[in-house]
Amino acid sequence: MSGTTPASSGPRTLYDKIFDAHVVDRQPDGTALLYIDRHLVHEVTSPQAFEGLRMSGRKVHAPERTIAVPDHNVPTTADRVQGIENPEGRLQVAELDKNAREFGVNYYPMNDVRQGIVHIVGPEQGWTLPGMTVVCGDSHTATHGAFGALAHGIGTSEVEHVLATQTLIQKKSKNMKVEITGKLRPGVTAKDITLSIIGHTGTAGGTGYVIEYCGEAIRSLSMEGRMTVCNMAIEGGARAGLIAPDETTFAYVKGRPHAPKGEAWEAALNWWRTLQSDEGAHWDKVVTIRAEDIAPVVTWGTSPEDVLPITGRVPAPEDFTGGKVDAARRSLDYMGLTPGTPLSAIAIDAVFIGSCTNGRIEDLRAAAEILKGKHLAPNVRGMVVPGSGLVRLQAEEEGLDQIFTDAGFEWRLAGCSMCLGMNPDQLAPGERCAATSNRNFEGRQGRGGRTHLMSPIMAAAAGVAGHLVDVRDVMAETV
Amino acid sequence: MDKFTTLTGIAAPMPLVNIDTDMIIPKQFLKTIHRSGLGKSLFDEMRYNADGSEKPDFVLNKPAYREAQIIVAGDNFGCGSSREHAPWALKDFGIRAVISTSFADIFYNNCFQNGILPVVLPQEAVDALMKDAENGANARLTVDLENQVVVGADGTEYPFQIDAHRRHNLLNGLDDIGLTLEKAPSIGSYEQRIAQSQPWV
Repeated sequence: MSGTTPASSGPRTLYDKIFDAHVVDRQPDGTALLYIDRHLVHEVTSPQAFEGLRMSGRKVHAPERTIAVPDHNVPTTADRVQGIENPEGRLQVAELDKNAREFGVNYYPMNDVRQGIVHIVGPEQGWTLPGMTVVCGDSHTATHGAFGALAHGIGTSEVEHVLATQTLIQKKSKNMKVEITGKLRPGVTAKDITLSIIGHTGTAGGTGYVIEYCGEAIRSLSMEGRMTVCNMAIEGGARAGLIAPDETTFAYVKGRPHAPKGEAWEAALNWWRTLQSDEGAHWDKVVTIRAEDIAPVVTWGTSPEDVLPITGRVPAPEDFTGGKVDAARRSLDYMGLTPGTPLSAIAIDAVFIGSCTNGRIEDLRAAAEILKGKHLAPNVRGMVVPGSGLVRLQAEEEGLDQIFTDAGFEWRLAGCSMCLGMNPDQLAPGERCAATSNRNFEGRQGRGGRTHLMSPIMAAAAGVAGHLVDVRDVMAETV
Repeated sequence: MDKFTTLTGIAAPMPLVNIDTDMIIPKQFLKTIHRSGLGKSLFDEMRYNADGSEKPDFVLNKPAYREAQIIVAGDNFGCGSSREHAPWALKDFGIRAVISTSFADIFYNNCFQNGILPVVLPQEAVDALMKDAENGANARLTVDLENQVVVGADGTEYPFQIDAHRRHNLLNGLDDIGLTLEKAPSIGSYEQRIAQSQPWV
């Protein structure tokens, strides 16, 4: 009989535990119906799902577990209050507004100070909690795994399924452990960890797996850093990345608007403390990287796996094997790069600091630290886009906005912005950008635009130098 | 949802690895609030020049492949974002099956929601089918879900694996939501249990 198949027995991973705790029903072939604790919704991947509900006369099953916020299309310029100029983008945001109100879900409208990128708003408001299942029609939902929540992206049909039933049909993924041992060296950040892992395993290395990140270097990260690491699990092919919750997690969560309080907080803590992989749990794949071996990295190509230390040189197609030879040739052509060029000799036109990967307060503080008293190189334009309205306010309280504007950056309102350029924030054809976002795909930041992914401090340093540069050299000068 | 049983058609060869969802359907087409009409924008930046004219070298612009219903692709097809616009665009163009050594998880899943069959085969099989695909209409492939086999132009059969649940739904064109709603009592009792044990959730 379905629903009575036993859960995993013996020592379990954190992923096994969260999965088992959410099984509503299990079929003989192992396909499970998983309960979804939090459903985040944005304007791009939800209109067809709400329309589907309407056509079939269905309701949102659990509006209190559903959180909607527009982020992809929203303008980040000060004239946002006047609305969105692009008629299609305007319609999409208007549809979200209509759907959120009609179906009665939690909603942060475009001009609410709490609005921001959905993956920054969820944790900030305390919606994301350890041990939960979190989904969103957005691949970077992996971000929420930083809390020890099972969080992953889904398609629009699945968005409709979750809206209608608060469940998702899932086949269990395999378990992969990524351990980062030891301590990071100065100038090396969470972004360098996550990019280095992808450089190591490839963009398909995590396909079919849920990754648990562990080890001293991961434990030492702040919640902001952990979110950066988990955010890019998807770029390594894994639907979800997890980090077991600990005191750092609990301290971040405590007191947030939707976090449990009083007795409920104590009860929650008791359960959250059990959310760790058991000794002897089975891992289908283990990757171990020494933190000391991680350098500040940048991408040179058009896949997030095209990662090299900043001290390296642009590779040649012949350095690769199989299908990657042609892919590298195509990437180099698109990126306008010549094999053998030192990466630190690549001149840039733009700097983008923001996104769900690196748009949190700690990212802005780190970038500002590099930029204090400095200015963007001539001919380089820079844009800082806080991940949420509250991150923006916090940064302004700390005077970071002044440092950015003094350095020649534009200080923008919150949104996804130039990470994917669905709003007017885009690169021009051929323009080259040092970006703190997550994808360097062809055309990602604008048709013909060239993206080099890196950490906020590397992007800030590149802006000042006018070319990609080793942030450790800049830090040495400052000391 | 449309059923998928057996399909015989022209296959377009796309040997590039890591074909991502930004390539399949770039961001500017994600502003739609409908599922239909994306076929003309499929592979937009690979398929059209900035002035909107076709790039004659792109496979789907070649006369032999304009009616393609299958794509044979390099590793890790569909990596990147969760946009279901990618399978919507493929389907609207007329593609009903994609064959590769591997697919990104979310894209793979999204295909089944739209009556598209993603077929995973070993490298040698994909290489052989890629050669067939290069012969265009002279080498039609058959993708047979009932028997879980791809048949090459020379009659060689390449068996493939697929989840029983997914196969069943695709063969019968079943809608997941309707099936799940039949389990409403189980969902209800789960919710009651959690309300007791984890009231903060």
